[in-house]
Amino acid sequence: MVEGLTPPGQTRRRFVDWLLSRTLTTWLLSTGVGGLLLSVLYPAGRYLVPPAAAESATAAVTLAIKPEDVAPNSGQVFKFGNRPGIVLRTPSGDLRAFSATCTHLGCIVQYRPDLSHIWCACHNGHFDLNGLNVQGPPPKPLEEFAVNVREDQIVVSKGA
Amino acid sequence: MTTPLSRRVGAVWSWLDARLGLAEIGQLAVKKRVPIHRHTIWYYLGGMTLFLFMVQVGTGILLLFYYRPTAEEAYESVQFIMAEVQFGWLVRSIHAWSANLMIFTLFLHFLSVLLVKAYRAPREMTWVSGFALLAVALGFGFTGYLLPWNELSYFATRVGTQIVGVVPAVGEFMLRVLRGGEDVSGATLTRFYAIHVAVLPGVAFALLALHLFLVQRHGMSAPLGEDTGNPMQRSMPFFPNFFLRDLVGWLAALAVLASLAAFFPTELGLKADPFAPAPAGIKPEWYFMFMFQTLKYLPAHILFVEGEVAGILAFTLGGVLLLLVPFLDSKAARGESGKLFTWVGIGLVAYILILTYLGYTMSPTQ
Repeated sequence: MVEGLTPPGQTRRRFVDWLLSRTLTTWLLSTGVGGLLLSVLYPAGRYLVPPAAAESATAAVTLAIKPEDVAPNSGQVFKFGNRPGIVLRTPSGDLRAFSATCTHLGCIVQYRPDLSHIWCACHNGHFDLNGLNVQGPPPKPLEEFAVNVREDQIVVSKGA
Repeated sequence: MTTPLSRRVGAVWSWLDARLGLAEIGQLAVKKRVPIHRHTIWYYLGGMTLFLFMVQVGTGILLLFYYRPTAEEAYESVQFIMAEVQFGWLVRSIHAWSANLMIFTLFLHFLSVLLVKAYRAPREMTWVSGFALLAVALGFGFTGYLLPWNELSYFATRVGTQIVGVVPAVGEFMLRVLRGGEDVSGATLTRFYAIHVAVLPGVAFALLALHLFLVQRHGMSAPLGEDTGNPMQRSMPFFPNFFLRDLVGWLAALAVLASLAAFFPTELGLKADPFAPAPAGIKPEWYFMFMFQTLKYLPAHILFVEGEVAGILAFTLGGVLLLLVPFLDSKAARGESGKLFTWVGIGLVAYILILTYLGYTMSPTQ
């Protein structure tokens, strides 16, 4: 039996002193250790969280691909800021662009000429020529970009 | 007969023994006995896994001498190891093959313990530490797969990390911490490198020490039918009888490993390009294949939940249940042989085998 656990009966005052000092020590000890741990773990934790990258300000890009290089029923992946996009020409001749990041688990999609639509190789997801998820696991459509042809350049911009 | 040499060796031994307690350690090894019965063969898988882990540590350290963990140089440095460094191809092949074999023997070890119910009291913590080691091994596999920075590993990591992102509420944040940014990039590579060569080895050594200590403390478990409680039960001393047999297992593993590494050297593939479509036939390491294939079958929505969220929740739940098997299997805890958890184990094996088979045989483009 720990001596301090049986209240010393001599005087009430001694008991209160004991209680106070004991509680105080425990309190100091626990907050001291707690504070020490916190002062080590908090900076380490913050260190592991990557600094926020500047929000991609890219609203429009001019592609290095010429309009005539995108044959009907084909598509190519391009850089939209720091993200991939896909530009395609439908069999009927329309130029369209979408985000190339699959809405399922983030793989990069491609154009399948044999199916005439967009396809993701990772989990066999299919999107139609409007970017709608039509088959397989993708839960949402691909984000659509606006496509403008200015002279011999393709300009892709966010928000149609 | 004592020669001057043996006297000198004896003197060195006693000097060390007085300081290190060698005799006590020797006693510990001599005291332990290994039961003999028709399931004894399964006892060798844990040791084989340990041997392959030691191979991983050795070859991993060798690879560190040349490997460079940046998006610009990782692929080229592995290419350099394979093409220029003497025996570099061998060291990398052994590291890659030994990783696969280690996961394989670890799975077998895990399943054998599950099926003979060696997890019952007082070995619950041995099971839990072993389960944690399995998780660490899968972490090793997942982080190591990215390090060569090739096309396959790049997309496998994109998918694998995105899975964390579907966790409700904290997913986005965890995804960013795991990737070191919004996307899989050079920042992800340095993170995975740090985890692979420093964090996981530290955790693995600590868990391994606990696991081996517990195995030593409780001794080998005999299966329910064989565990008669009879002190005259057939058994052999751990040292040297079982230990020497263990070494034969290690040699067999080394032979398989060396043949695989020499005849089927690991390939490197194409360098990762973050702006190229995922190639058809993309696949993860074989031990993640059953989960990958399951995700392909899930529809976009199950009830009100997105398909992949439901799938990942189911896998997480399955993992937690497996971890808790020693605490759920009350029959085995009482020493009765119940069939339920045997069937759970068999069902698990069947599911993994079938989905893995489908993953490798189904046309990836349909």
